[in-house]
Amino acid sequence: MLKNRIIPCLDVKNGRVVKGINFVELKDAGDPVEQAKIYSEGGADEICFLDITASNENRETIIDIVRKTAKKCFVPLTVGGGVRTIQNITDLLLAGADKVSINTAAVNNVDFVKEASKKFGSQCIVVAIDAKKVSDNKWEVFTHGGRNKTGIDAVEFAKQVQTNGAGEILLTSMDRDGTKSGYDVGLLKVITDSTNIPVIASGGVGTLDHLYDGIVKGGASAVLAASIFHYGEYKIKEAKEYLNSKDVSVRL
Amino acid sequence: MNVTIVDYQSGNISSVINSFTEVAKGKVNLEVTSDIKKINKSDKIVLPGQGSFKSCVDSLKRINGLVDTLKDFAITNKKPLLGICVGLQMFADVGYEEAETKGLGWISGKVSKINNQGGKFKLPHIGWNEIEIQKESKIFKDIKNKSHMYFVHSYEFIPEDESVISATTNYSSKIVCSVERDNLFGTQFHPEKSDKIGLKIIDNFLKL
Repeated sequence: MLKNRIIPCLDVKNGRVVKGINFVELKDAGDPVEQAKIYSEGGADEICFLDITASNENRETIIDIVRKTAKKCFVPLTVGGGVRTIQNITDLLLAGADKVSINTAAVNNVDFVKEASKKFGSQCIVVAIDAKKVSDNKWEVFTHGGRNKTGIDAVEFAKQVQTNGAGEILLTSMDRDGTKSGYDVGLLKVITDSTNIPVIASGGVGTLDHLYDGIVKGGASAVLAASIFHYGEYKIKEAKEYLNSKDVSVRL
Repeated sequence: MNVTIVDYQSGNISSVINSFTEVAKGKVNLEVTSDIKKINKSDKIVLPGQGSFKSCVDSLKRINGLVDTLKDFAITNKKPLLGICVGLQMFADVGYEEAETKGLGWISGKVSKINNQGGKFKLPHIGWNEIEIQKESKIFKDIKNKSHMYFVHSYEFIPEDESVISATTNYSSKIVCSVERDNLFGTQFHPEKSDKIGLKIIDNFLKL
């Protein structure tokens, strides 16, 4: 049976982890390579890096981090943030990323997802959709960390990226992100029901029950979380044991 | 020992290189190349494959003499070769991804889209799934039955002769996820992305 995945996400800015894990044994709490290794050894099913570096000059930094991480972590590694060109994808994959996550570029140019999945295969193209609720049962795609409204319906957009060859959708609720009040289960449900590719739930996790809701109520194939793991509130293993105790199948 | 990872521009093989480098450390001389002379001198070959069946077969054929060299190595001389993902699928006679495409024909059978029961099962089949070991395999030494491996695929290899199947996995139906015949090995899952247990499979292959 296919297991539900738990994916810790590390936000990286100028080569440093923004929200660090509070582990005493860590030599350098801001080093993304060290943190990825701890997650991987702790049972993470995949690792995700989100590069939130603002300037383009620092692109090399994330590539260097990916290169070092890929030599030490032997679980899938997804890298997102600033993926705008075919060259960006080539650079990340060559450095050792297994998948890239495309956000704004997928909204700005619908053909980019098509081009990327044709060139590299759907298996490594994740489209990250940031959505905000605009009315009852209606969500819209936003870009630039939730600042820019696009007028695009989230469900229609999800269907379109699936047609264009996305292998997975990373769905973040901009209403819930950072609130610790749980995933937007309504959003998840409507997207997982209207697509046939795996959906990764993101945005809002504060408790282990939220992970359960994302999978069982929202229909997500994988759950992504940042702060509950970063601040050491829960270990990956605890999350998995909890889900397992509630009959959600995970890789133990 | 010389081990060659065949680099035929089939997409992203960094993870294959990284994992084999990790396991081979100091013990094995690892080459990443499509140079036929070097392949001929190898003791073992790893044939990765990402993207579609068609794109992989096309890329393989684009390199003059490569297909024949691989066939001499694995089939005529029965030297160890491990195909990973589409690398395994290409062993078949025919594949149906993108367009009907002739495979290498090393193990009779076809590669078809997974029957996902009208959308009941999401495709691609992505993530960790348990393998059910079907027969004793040299690369499964010390690997427990129902170990988790990492999968990413939408197509499955259906061999005619079921005796080549060394493991299956369950996803909408029983899917062949590993084959073995003589010294020809193939895994549909990605040992290079399957954590310590995957590295153990790579170690088993290198120790053959």
